[in-house]
Amino acid sequence: MKKKKSEHIIEFLLFLSAFVTILTTVGIILVLTVEAYKFFKEVSIFEFLTSTEWTPLFTKKNFGILPLLTGTLLTSFIAIAFALPLGLTIAIYLSEYTPKKFRDYIKPSLELLAAVPTVVYGFFALVVVTPFLQRLIPGMSGFNSLSAGIVMGIMIIPIISSLSEDALRAVPYSLREASYGMGSTRLQTAFRVTLPAASSGVVVSVILAISRAIGETMIVAIAAGQQPRFTFNPLVPIETLTAYIVQVSLGDVPRNSLEYRTIFAAGITLFVFTFILNNISHYIKTKYREKYE
Amino acid sequence: MNRVILNRRKDKVFSVVGLIATFTGLILLMFFIADILIDGLTRLDWNFLTGLPSRRPEKAGIFTAMMGTVWILILTAVISFPVGVGAGVYLEEYGKKGWLSRLLEINISNLAGVPSIIYGLLGLEIFARILNMGPSVLAGSMTLSLLILPVIIVSTRESIKAVPQSIKDASYAMGASKWQTIWYQVLPASLGGILTGVILALSRAVGEAAPLIVVGALAYVPFAPKSPMDDFSVLPIQIFNWISRPQHGFIINAAAAIIILLIITFMMNGIAMYLRNRWQKKISW
Repeated sequence: MKKKKSEHIIEFLLFLSAFVTILTTVGIILVLTVEAYKFFKEVSIFEFLTSTEWTPLFTKKNFGILPLLTGTLLTSFIAIAFALPLGLTIAIYLSEYTPKKFRDYIKPSLELLAAVPTVVYGFFALVVVTPFLQRLIPGMSGFNSLSAGIVMGIMIIPIISSLSEDALRAVPYSLREASYGMGSTRLQTAFRVTLPAASSGVVVSVILAISRAIGETMIVAIAAGQQPRFTFNPLVPIETLTAYIVQVSLGDVPRNSLEYRTIFAAGITLFVFTFILNNISHYIKTKYREKYE
Repeated sequence: MNRVILNRRKDKVFSVVGLIATFTGLILLMFFIADILIDGLTRLDWNFLTGLPSRRPEKAGIFTAMMGTVWILILTAVISFPVGVGAGVYLEEYGKKGWLSRLLEINISNLAGVPSIIYGLLGLEIFARILNMGPSVLAGSMTLSLLILPVIIVSTRESIKAVPQSIKDASYAMGASKWQTIWYQVLPASLGGILTGVILALSRAVGEAAPLIVVGALAYVPFAPKSPMDDFSVLPIQIFNWISRPQHGFIINAAAAIIILLIITFMMNGIAMYLRNRWQKKISW
């Protein structure tokens, strides 16, 4: 029986919906490269990659991306340093120590941490965490990467804990039983058997968390400052790639000016980093997934 | 024998450490929220909800920002729901094989990892400038729709996948066409899961500020938008604007606006979870 014409039209419409996602990717890449190309016609790539000053909005202009890059890496590093131990501990605890019922309640509650809007986290970082840390660390600036990083860490805990826990639980129970049979405790089993067996899944969760931290915007725009600075000092104001884009978007920068194009240059740098990270995680996920049974 | 005792002790210690770690994030969040409530609750009154933006913190209200959020929420839902569900249905029911569907799949998982601010740059250039929409509600909604599309597509596929083959076979056996089977059997059976995903995605869109700022949404809008082509602000941008000001009164305002934003976000998450549980219970194949 031949398909009716309407069936074909519907299939075509559905295909178009799916095709929107391809157009989105093409659009992102085109927009970023075209504007960045115009930018690099006026600024040398060498200066962009090696200069340690980023002052495109000043009269004496410098276009070195390094300060924005170190700012981004610094806040992301602090976030991961905070979230990784906590997230991994939670994942091991939930998968190896707790009954299913407890897990069923606690996992959605943890996801709530990722559902809170990021401006709200920015508020926490600026109004609660920074004043608290200033009492412990005298001389800490009102804007700094430390509190922004810590609060960002709280936000990405569920990414690490949830995905790592899935990976840990995918390890077949027989492996654990063999370990218990040899007299190991749950802790020994977790660290010597389960965790190594689930390592690719854990690594994927961490990479996704890093990628999320690098692209996070509002927390750092609010709490880390707007001063591009080539430093790894967590106590002084810095600026991230994302915060710079926000700063320029809020101001009155004339369209089609060089200043305007800087946000696309920052954007393409950000995109390249997250793109590489996402593809590494995708690669690990498909290549190193251990097959049991 | 000592090592055995030591190892058992370590095991016990970890079961406590794990419990503490699990609740650390949640307790911090509760502490933060308590702080917000203390700061903001006194400021929450009718005038604050219906007031227009103002230079003076005690007069400023969130009416225009809230209407902007409502506009964005509705338009984003209207745009992203059919496209996202359509794409999900296509990937799960039609394009299951071949390089094209593999490309689509890799592409969607990649898009899910693109930072929201990059979508803002896309929206600024394509919607606001090339398609000449300006910093309008429509440009903002289309940008956010693209942002949440991967989430909707993935959850749609998962829900459709859960519908057993036997249901489809039965429908085909009665002479139904492929689309009739999808429309009358598959979609109604998976609607709960699909709606859960859509609502969660929309709750993410409601909390976004960065892409809308880049598209050109303003911090100060004197009037609530009346059409999709009007300028707008949203609650997260209003909050961001207030946080960045030096006067303490605006910090209080920000806290009060955060309470409203959190109520909206948590309510949407609650509805999504309720739907998920209800549907899981109702349908047992």
